[in-house]
Amino acid sequence: MNDTKKPGLYVHIPFCRSKCPYCGFYSVPSTSLVPRWLEALQKEIIHYKDRFDRFDSLYLGGGTPTCLDVGSLRKIMETLFDHFDFAADTEMTIEANPGDLSEENIIALKDIGFNRISLGVQAFDDRTLSFLGRTHTALEAEKALKNLRSFGFENIGLDLIYGYEGQTVKAWKNTLEKALSFQPEHLSCYELTFEKRTLFSRWKEKGIIKPLTEKELSTLFPTTSEFLQDHGYIHYEISNFAREMTYASRHNQKYWRHIPYLGLGPSAHSFQDSTRWWNVRSIRAYCKALESGEAPIEEHESLTKEQFILESISLGSRTREGFDLNEIPPDTLSTENLSKLQDAGFIRIQDNRVIPTQTGFLMADHLPLLLV
Amino acid sequence: MTNIRNFSIIAHIDHGKSTLADRLIQKAGLVEDRDFRDQVLDTMDIERERGITIKTQSVTLPYVSRDGREFELNLIDTPGHVDFSYEVSRALASCEGVLLLVDASQGVEAQTLANLYAAMEHDLEIIPVINKIDLPSADIDRVKEEIEADLGLDSDQAILCSAKEGTGVDDVLEAVINQIPPPSGHSDGPLTALIFDAHYDPFRGTVVSCRVFTGHIRPGDTLRLMSTGGTYKVEEVGLFRLPREPKDELKAGEVGYIIAGIKTVGDTRIGDTITLDTDPAPDPLPGFKEVKPVVFSSIYPISTEDYQNLTDALEKYKLNDAALIYQKDSSAALGLGFRCGFLGLLHLEIVQERLEREYGQSIIMTVPTVEYHFTLTNGDTLSVDNPLYYPDPVTIEKAMEPYIRASILIPERYMGVVMDLGLERRGVNSKFNYPTPGRIEVQFDLPLAEVIYDFYDRLKTVTQGYGSFDYDLLDYRAGDVAKVDILLNGEKVDALSQIVHKERARTRALQACERLKEEIPRHMFKIAVQGAIGGTIISRTTIPPFRKDVTAKCYGGDISRKRKLLEKQKKGKKRMKMIGSVTLPQSAFVAVLKSEGK
Ligand SMILES: Nc1nc2c(ncn2[C@@H]2O[C@H](COP(=O)(O)OP(=O)(O)OP(=O)(O)O)[C@@H](O)[C@H]2O)c(=O)[nH]1
Ligand code: SF4
Ligand SMILES: [Mg+2]
Repeated sequence: MNDTKKPGLYVHIPFCRSKCPYCGFYSVPSTSLVPRWLEALQKEIIHYKDRFDRFDSLYLGGGTPTCLDVGSLRKIMETLFDHFDFAADTEMTIEANPGDLSEENIIALKDIGFNRISLGVQAFDDRTLSFLGRTHTALEAEKALKNLRSFGFENIGLDLIYGYEGQTVKAWKNTLEKALSFQPEHLSCYELTFEKRTLFSRWKEKGIIKPLTEKELSTLFPTTSEFLQDHGYIHYEISNFAREMTYASRHNQKYWRHIPYLGLGPSAHSFQDSTRWWNVRSIRAYCKALESGEAPIEEHESLTKEQFILESISLGSRTREGFDLNEIPPDTLSTENLSKLQDAGFIRIQDNRVIPTQTGFLMADHLPLLLV
Repeated sequence: MTNIRNFSIIAHIDHGKSTLADRLIQKAGLVEDRDFRDQVLDTMDIERERGITIKTQSVTLPYVSRDGREFELNLIDTPGHVDFSYEVSRALASCEGVLLLVDASQGVEAQTLANLYAAMEHDLEIIPVINKIDLPSADIDRVKEEIEADLGLDSDQAILCSAKEGTGVDDVLEAVINQIPPPSGHSDGPLTALIFDAHYDPFRGTVVSCRVFTGHIRPGDTLRLMSTGGTYKVEEVGLFRLPREPKDELKAGEVGYIIAGIKTVGDTRIGDTITLDTDPAPDPLPGFKEVKPVVFSSIYPISTEDYQNLTDALEKYKLNDAALIYQKDSSAALGLGFRCGFLGLLHLEIVQERLEREYGQSIIMTVPTVEYHFTLTNGDTLSVDNPLYYPDPVTIEKAMEPYIRASILIPERYMGVVMDLGLERRGVNSKFNYPTPGRIEVQFDLPLAEVIYDFYDRLKTVTQGYGSFDYDLLDYRAGDVAKVDILLNGEKVDALSQIVHKERARTRALQACERLKEEIPRHMFKIAVQGAIGGTIISRTTIPPFRKDVTAKCYGGDISRKRKLLEKQKKGKKRMKMIGSVTLPQSAFVAVLKSEGK
């Protein structure tokens, strides 16, 4: 099931058809550098050969992996299989853009070996989609979802965005309802955030777009949670819901549990033996480094015991697993606040684990500050 | 000894003392030109950041006169701001003369006069120097008139100088050697050396700055501190030379330093006389006048465990700031701390900043207050400089508060707004002087309490920075006062209480609530902020809880980023104070004193 300690493998595909104005991920809206980047990626794969144990999750994210042609995707996967070891039941996810999922492509993705699709639907009406700068239409998304099912994908995840100006609770519920009609195994519902250096954040500063108030947002969050739970989904992380825990993203959970992962591609992060390192955030710099035989790493950090614990608490505050009190040295935690937070209904303690409640989720960034 | 001259440079703030000192130091070739920086004697970071002198600094300069004689000049640069006048008065005790600087465009100002009087009290030779003559707005004739009329000095004697451009600096030096008498006193008699300053050196212990009046002192001697009788072996003596320069001996007439393994900080007292154990002087030197603090506030460590640290830090700090007065204090909200007396608000601010920067202390300062005098119904009288000890209101027969004579110098066009400000602050007895065309000096009698309540900020605002402000303490007058308490979620926070004029109580309480609302970060629960007199709530506001504090995504890299943010927030939290379940930032304690937000 999900409770493995095996490492996960991530490949960051830094290309998109166009840049969405809210997106803070590293990607460029042009595919001209794809050939050079592919070469460099091969080198990076070889560089990490034998440095990680057998993986049991593989995640192609981005960017938009599906804006590569099928041949390139196949090539990447073959090289990975050649150089790394994968468990038989490896979860193999690819992030896909609905506009890229023609029937042929869906067949090809299945053939290449992907067994999980994370589909960037975001919304089910064209006005919102164009506000978000998405290149696909609602109809394309619906078609893609149907086709994925009919060509045999049994683990489909769907990304949605909420919390933009003008969105009512009712409209959001309609979106969720529509999403549920496809019976996805997994749902990610992200509140729109104004990431630094994005167009949206600039527009927000200039007053061109107005974020929802804290009050409105704090209504949408529980609405989402309750609505999806009513329909049988498990709210297992702030923004993530699974129909059953077997469908919770095995790969993403590794990030939250301090399980090792290797990230390839520009801006990708890796973690192993309490060390985290991340690649440069530039395709050119990434390629240059690898072309001259160097690792394209921007920075390393070794977590101290203290930092490790702080992360465990912070990450645990975001999942229904919470964090294990046995792993926290007793003097680091404020027991007084622990019981206060418990009384106030932000957390509960079960089997010696601290588990955030629904209201606790809403305060996830703040809980660690009160606890340590 | 005839070749020694000891003098201070004194003036109103900003008239160019430190800049003139720069020129004198450069003339002496004490610092290589390429290593030179402006106001080289302003060595503290705060001095450089604020562009003002806070500490007096001594430096010994070699000088060869026009007629070829060699001199040793002990120059003491002094601060001009009224809050540091105690520094000046102590420096003067080591001198035979002063250079009294007057800005050629500003003319004689309040501290010019105050410092002149201080120099006259010490019977010093006074050399008037008109500085900044390079300024286009310089008006030498007018300033000469002021020197005659206001200072009563001979304006023909005034040296014209531009410290900035270096003109007249040679004349200044010649005047120093020709007009200021050499120190008197014999090098052979018993040692008397006056401690006028000190500082703590973590490697050497206490470094004492002193002026030797009689006798001499050498390394290896055993010195005796006359007030305590404590004896110490002298390790090193020397001159202040940027930096220190050891010497074989300090003898009568010289200004220098002594290091003598005085490890117990409290043993050194500014104003004490040093003598030799083997041949003690019969009587100590007169020492200094006691400082009379006018503003009071308490200092507490943010974390109660740091009380001992703070105690040590204050003791060391006090060595270098004789004007700070303190004694133990305690508050229900903040634990053990110190009640401190300051010479003014700037002094208070500097103490806070230096304790934090130089001694790494995280401290909270409570609302500054003045000293009130109460007559109680049973006939007793009571002085209260701390709201904690405010008497039961029903027992108060009469309350008195300190008044000052404020003098505000402004361009004429601001007269209206300054009058309004004066009246708003209960000013009485206004009087006008017209020192020069276009400028006006407004004088008021003002309750000192009104001045410490952000008066200076307001003055700067209403006069767009053109107002200069000075004051003298006058007397105590009747005033109707009350104590305003602040309650957070119903709990009284004693450290936020303030004593205010009754007429003001409601407005102040309201403002305090509003300021606190701005300063206190939102919590996970609602916080009620209330102002009260006795049991009566006179103002209230609430800080709503935050409903949501969560970011949607947290993938791979965000984990490091997020942790770093948390670490930063955690650090910030360490600098806050828990009062009950409410976390208060340091700034909250002084914020209640401000009438407007930032
Ligand atoms: N134009 C001109 N400016 C001068 C002259 N002397 C000093 N200044 C400027 O006046 C300002 C104040 O000079 P300081 O030497 O710091 O004044 P100060 O008297 O030491 O001030 P405090 O120590 O704070 O009392 C600085 O900006 C100097 O550059 C001068 O002769 N001409
Ligand atoms: S949201 Fe996805 S498709 Fe849009 S720019 Fe970001 S990575 Fe590319
Ligand atoms: Mg100065």
